[in-house]
Amino acid sequence: MYEFTYHRPTSLADAAAMLGRSEEAKLLGGGQTLLPTLKQRLARPSDLIDLGQIAELKGIREEGGGLMIGAFTRHAEVAHSDLVRRVIPSLADLAEGIGDRQVRNMGTLGGSICNADPSADYPSAVVALKATVKTDRREIAGDDFFTGMFETALEPGEIVTSVTFQKPDKAAYAKFRNPASRYAIVGVFVARFGSEVRVAVTGAGPSVFRATDMETALAGNISPDALNGIKVAADGLNADIHASAEYRAHLVTVMAKRAVVACG
Amino acid sequence: MANPNGIGASVRRREDARFLTGRGTYTDDISRPNQTHAVFVRSPYAHARIRGIDAGEATKAPGVVAVLTGADMEADKVGSLPCGWQIHSKDGSPMKEPPHFPIARDRARYVGDAVAVVIAETREQAKDAAELVMVDYEELPAAVTSVKALDGAAPQVHDDVTGNLCFDWHLGDAAAVDAAFAQAAHVAKLDLVNQRLIPNAMEPRAALGEYDRATGEHTLTTTSQNPHVIRLLMGAFVLGIPEHKLRVVAPDVGGGFGSKIFHYGEEAVVTWAAKKVGRPVKWTAERSESFLTDAHGRDHVSHAELALDQDGNFLALRVATIANMGAYLSTFAPSIPTYLYATLLAGQYKTPAIYAEVKAVFTNTAPVDAYRGAGRPEACYLIERLVEVAAAETGIDKAEIRRRNFVPASAMPYQTPVALQYDTGDFAKNLDIALPMVDYAGFAARKAESARKGKLRGIGFATYIEACGIAPSNVAGALGARAGLYESAEVRFHPTGSVTVFTGSHSHGQGHETTFAQLVAERFGVPIENVEIVHGDTSKIPFGMGTYGSRSLAVGGSAIVKAMDKVERKAKKIAAHMLEAAETDIEVKDGRFVVAGTDKALSIGDIALQAYVPHNFPLDELEPGLDEQAFYDPKNFTYPNGCHVCEVEIDPETGVVEVVNFAAVDDFGRVINPLIVEGQVHGGLVQGIGQALYENCVYDEESGQLITGSYMDYCMPRADDVPSFAVQYHEDQPCTHNPLGVKGCGEAGTIGASAAVMNAVVHALSDLGVTHMDMPATPERVWQVIQRHSHAQAAE
Ligand SMILES: Cc1cc2nc3c(=O)[nH]c(=O)nc-3n(C[C@H](O)[C@H](O)[C@H](O)COP(=O)(O)OP(=O)(O)OC[C@H]3O[C@@H](n4cnc5c(N)ncnc54)[C@H](O)[C@@H]3O)c2cc1C
Repeated sequence: MYEFTYHRPTSLADAAAMLGRSEEAKLLGGGQTLLPTLKQRLARPSDLIDLGQIAELKGIREEGGGLMIGAFTRHAEVAHSDLVRRVIPSLADLAEGIGDRQVRNMGTLGGSICNADPSADYPSAVVALKATVKTDRREIAGDDFFTGMFETALEPGEIVTSVTFQKPDKAAYAKFRNPASRYAIVGVFVARFGSEVRVAVTGAGPSVFRATDMETALAGNISPDALNGIKVAADGLNADIHASAEYRAHLVTVMAKRAVVACG
Repeated sequence: MANPNGIGASVRRREDARFLTGRGTYTDDISRPNQTHAVFVRSPYAHARIRGIDAGEATKAPGVVAVLTGADMEADKVGSLPCGWQIHSKDGSPMKEPPHFPIARDRARYVGDAVAVVIAETREQAKDAAELVMVDYEELPAAVTSVKALDGAAPQVHDDVTGNLCFDWHLGDAAAVDAAFAQAAHVAKLDLVNQRLIPNAMEPRAALGEYDRATGEHTLTTTSQNPHVIRLLMGAFVLGIPEHKLRVVAPDVGGGFGSKIFHYGEEAVVTWAAKKVGRPVKWTAERSESFLTDAHGRDHVSHAELALDQDGNFLALRVATIANMGAYLSTFAPSIPTYLYATLLAGQYKTPAIYAEVKAVFTNTAPVDAYRGAGRPEACYLIERLVEVAAAETGIDKAEIRRRNFVPASAMPYQTPVALQYDTGDFAKNLDIALPMVDYAGFAARKAESARKGKLRGIGFATYIEACGIAPSNVAGALGARAGLYESAEVRFHPTGSVTVFTGSHSHGQGHETTFAQLVAERFGVPIENVEIVHGDTSKIPFGMGTYGSRSLAVGGSAIVKAMDKVERKAKKIAAHMLEAAETDIEVKDGRFVVAGTDKALSIGDIALQAYVPHNFPLDELEPGLDEQAFYDPKNFTYPNGCHVCEVEIDPETGVVEVVNFAAVDDFGRVINPLIVEGQVHGGLVQGIGQALYENCVYDEESGQLITGSYMDYCMPRADDVPSFAVQYHEDQPCTHNPLGVKGCGEAGTIGASAAVMNAVVHALSDLGVTHMDMPATPERVWQVIQRHSHAQAAE
């Protein structure tokens, strides 16, 4: 690591002020992505602003029939929350499947979505569950939040404070893990709101996307068979030593069907 | 059994309390006053000429003590890292042995090759300064894969190694093999790759160099499996330090799997630099450095053919293998694909004629050397895959074809056509025990059940035999070993009857502190708490060869037995004197020295006290003290063997392979501690399964960059990837030529498991017409194989 100055503000306003003071300052969530990056000397922030002591960024509440989850909520808290389990069990399942125990005990919802890793799990829930991302400045629709590989709609210096997920009638997340890192090679979140079905795909492309053909097919008939023959194009999907684009495209359909089955 | 902690008892590992509570002392835990920290500048290129190094800015950076390069080492006449085994090619010429300097001088030959070292007050300062070292590289084209490196057009890794060929070696009788093939009713053929692996010991390598100006003594503390070997190689060949001025300590070491056998450049650099800067110098590898620079394992490309008669009897085996050595010869690299590989190609079978050719190749990749199993997993994988192909092609049941060709127990000792003489083994018995453990007969029903769930199911066998405790020294010497292969021990009784055992072997996960203590407890009836096992420090222990090749108990344990024999002989004399009996009347019973036919007896403690306080002692006949040393040079290898059976279920939609059942039956000779043996087997099996399904070291074929340079891409097997293993052993076939009758268990799991898993995978896919696939059987690879064959079937 290069040297940096460490701050631990206790209010959102302080954090924002500190962040505003230097262009090279960075927010620290659970550190599960940022710290390895620093250790490998791939980033050189002047200041690290630890969000861990800010009460405003924590907590899980029922809100408008859905769930409001503070940005600094660890994956393990979401996984083990009775409230999440009752209101949106698929979201608890998703959190329980992130990385390993150590990662879940440290990593946060805010850190995950701000990092916008193409193979992260949460982005699929943000999109499928019609979430709203709240920041210290505004509200951003989940559909508009992820703009590309490791890119979001956030402006410089903007801090995510919470995410509000809408409660679906039925939902499930099916993940095909990278056997090495255990990130998603492909993750498909299927959620039904009345007659509307959302199918959000993570891992497969540069950024989370909706499989609209699948949504249409499922809208009239929420059964795995409805997806027979429907495939996303391999063109433009991610490819690495673990999975070619062609394989990922295939897995999207397989995982979508499994999510539909799990929706019950 | 008199002693509850004696031979055969599942004593819990005494060292675990220390390790599990974080109280172990590893190299990196040791810090010296005034210590400095070393960070290496490493080549970002697989192949580059070093046109110049400008360390000016780095030297001026905060905290920097020195920036040293290959030129500085050359000026100090530092030598090349030596290779411990010399192979001769078919034509009698010695292998090519290009220099391997601790810091590269004119050319960097793999990504990670050290080109300079920065020594600073803190690690972070050294890292900062390392970024300021300006190396003027001229990037050169790289030879990355072994097969391509051999084709005439490939870039030369070393200018004077034409065509990158290190040696072209062979073993066996080519004419006899040709003749047998001419008679064959059937020939099974197979091309296969044994992929490169990265060892991944839990503790990264580390080294701490110290120099005492007052005494002129150097001390190297290092993560080594064999400190005396390092002292010899580094002292005599690299730095020119005589043994009495060089102490090498390998304290607690967190796993090695072979990768910590070798003498690495960093050890020489910190030892040399400590004197140069006049302060202790410590280096600890980061995990990324471990990926790049620990010696890798395996990396064979082979073609194999098996000739059979019409009844499925094996007539002859022909093998051609290309072995990747990496950029330089690591310490024992040449012995791995030769004497630890081709000599094992008979496997458990009485194949009368075998011929193997091995070409060893230099490439612009990290050096390759012994990794758990070292040559033997490669041999087992090749034979057992080939036998499975032969079974499928001839229609003979795979258990039956093996049984038909086993060397029968009655034929022991058995001379193979590839140099080894097996002493004992009952291979059919292993199979007989294994089959019911996996309910072989019930496989068809389980397969049908899987099919109902849309899954494919397969079952695969691997029978293995390995050669452990390489020996005897004179034979190994004739085959090219440049070291002895004995082991040493000293058994020192203290006046009040407690014991310190000094062993030349080294524990880095094997549990010697428990198993070795059991030997003493059993022999002399000493409570196990009163036995201390000391290893790993050349200033304390007699010259020993360390731990590798599952040799510790068979060779190191035998040395302890020899030392205990000497103790017992002397103790008998002392007892005879004390009890006023004839020496011939003294019997040792349950550790007590008894006058035959009487109730007069002494414990070893009574005798030890008299030995050190010799008031009633035969001083005219004996020296005081009870402290004996022994060296043991084995008469032969030991031959652990066994039968592994694996059952897998494959999800054809995703290609995911699940190991659902795994049974291992092993013959390790006599078992001293069943708990530790089972642990060794479990760990070995997981490593073997890891190679079959997960692990794969991948370099970019053009640039030579390591793609799998972290755990994000290099997949280690984890606890939730494996089933609960069914493990059994039998002790009916003890080794005939060592005093304990033990054979060794450290590598067995790894040797058998990969072949068993792959045979099961291919079996599961065989209904689609699949006859082979290479490791690792990752989800995508399996899925692709299924796609290809489903399309092919649909087209028919
Ligand atoms: C071994 C391993 C396995 C993993 N496996 C998975 C997996 O299976 N699935 C998965 O989804 N993820 C996985 N992760 C990622 C992990 O779960 C974290 O979600 C992720 O690392 C980021 O969250 P964090 O809280 O650690 O953020 P940090 O690493 O602290 O920060 C990440 C980025 O977000 C910024 N940031 C943090 N909080 C905020 C905020 N409130 N507002 C604005 N910007 C902010 C930081 O400045 C930084 O740029 C894995 C990580 C590891 C190390």
